[in-house]
Amino acid sequence: MHEMSLALNIVELVAAKAEAAGAERVSEVEIEVGALAGVMAEALAFCFAAAARDTPVEGARLLMRELAGQAKCLACSHCFPVDSLLGQCPECGAYATELIRGRELRVVSLVVDE
Amino acid sequence: MCDSCGCSHAVNGVTIVRPGEKQPDHRPGRLLRVEEAVLDKNSAIAEHNRSFFKEKGICALNLVSSPGSGKTTILERTIRALQGELPIAVIEGDQQTLLDAERIDATGVPVVQVNTGTGCHLDAEMVHQALHRLDLAENSLLFIENVGNLVCPAMFDLGEEAKVVIISVTEGEDKPLKYPAMFDAASLCLINKIDLLPHVDFSVERCREYALRVNHRLRFVELSAKSGAGLAAWLDWLRQGH
Repeated sequence: MHEMSLALNIVELVAAKAEAAGAERVSEVEIEVGALAGVMAEALAFCFAAAARDTPVEGARLLMRELAGQAKCLACSHCFPVDSLLGQCPECGAYATELIRGRELRVVSLVVDE
Repeated sequence: MCDSCGCSHAVNGVTIVRPGEKQPDHRPGRLLRVEEAVLDKNSAIAEHNRSFFKEKGICALNLVSSPGSGKTTILERTIRALQGELPIAVIEGDQQTLLDAERIDATGVPVVQVNTGTGCHLDAEMVHQALHRLDLAENSLLFIENVGNLVCPAMFDLGEEAKVVIISVTEGEDKPLKYPAMFDAASLCLINKIDLLPHVDFSVERCREYALRVNHRLRFVELSAKSGAGLAAWLDWLRQGH
């Protein structure tokens, strides 16, 4: 269950950004989660509330945007959507592919001082 | 039950926007752009560890696998084979006990045990703290034996040069398909306990094929830490700057 440690890192990062901006409370946290980041969105959402307790982030809405995975075939250069690390090129059938999107786990923005 | 595992979509105060769905408006207030990766803190400490390793010419390897694949036995055998050839040290990660550290200690190399308590993986800070307790020689080989877990350790960079994933033939050959993240993150795959192959339904060929589907750059060594078969290929990999 690494979602708890990720949630703690999110809260810590967010609280530091809010403090640096002179804000007292955070009312929204927007994050992007790649489909192949190895993160279970629902579990992260659950942990976020717990991690935010007794911090300026407590009670903030978590806006979680899931990003679809995208891979490029190393054999024929075809780009295609993937939802697992076992991406097989739909054009030529090769498994040798490079993930070009989907591993992101990023804090995009905050809303403070509502 | 689903209130406790977090599997429900309906978590209070959370909006999950799936690909292709329209994003709701931001709440009123001051919007601050951040655009920062979340593992940043761990990555920063991992980079600190990495530059320390580089400065001292230390090759750090992160050994990952399910519990019971034979990590500690491989280490014991490896240490005994390479001792005298180059300085070796070990960081042992387990949730509880000093048992693995005691086994490594018996080989005579410096070892530090890290107990993660309820934690399911080592993180860069734990390794950093352990490094303060180890007097590492220059140009040495550092093995970091991660907590037995084929999932979470894939996510946490410790500053290592490479991850070595170990699978034993008593596990399913389909593990690479079931737990792809770890095989994707690894540079080398050790297939251990090959002395048991006559007694189990495990196809080394299929295991390799599945793992290559996940990570086409992955290299393999088949060995038995018990009999010593195949050990030479692993030792050669270690000597070649790994």
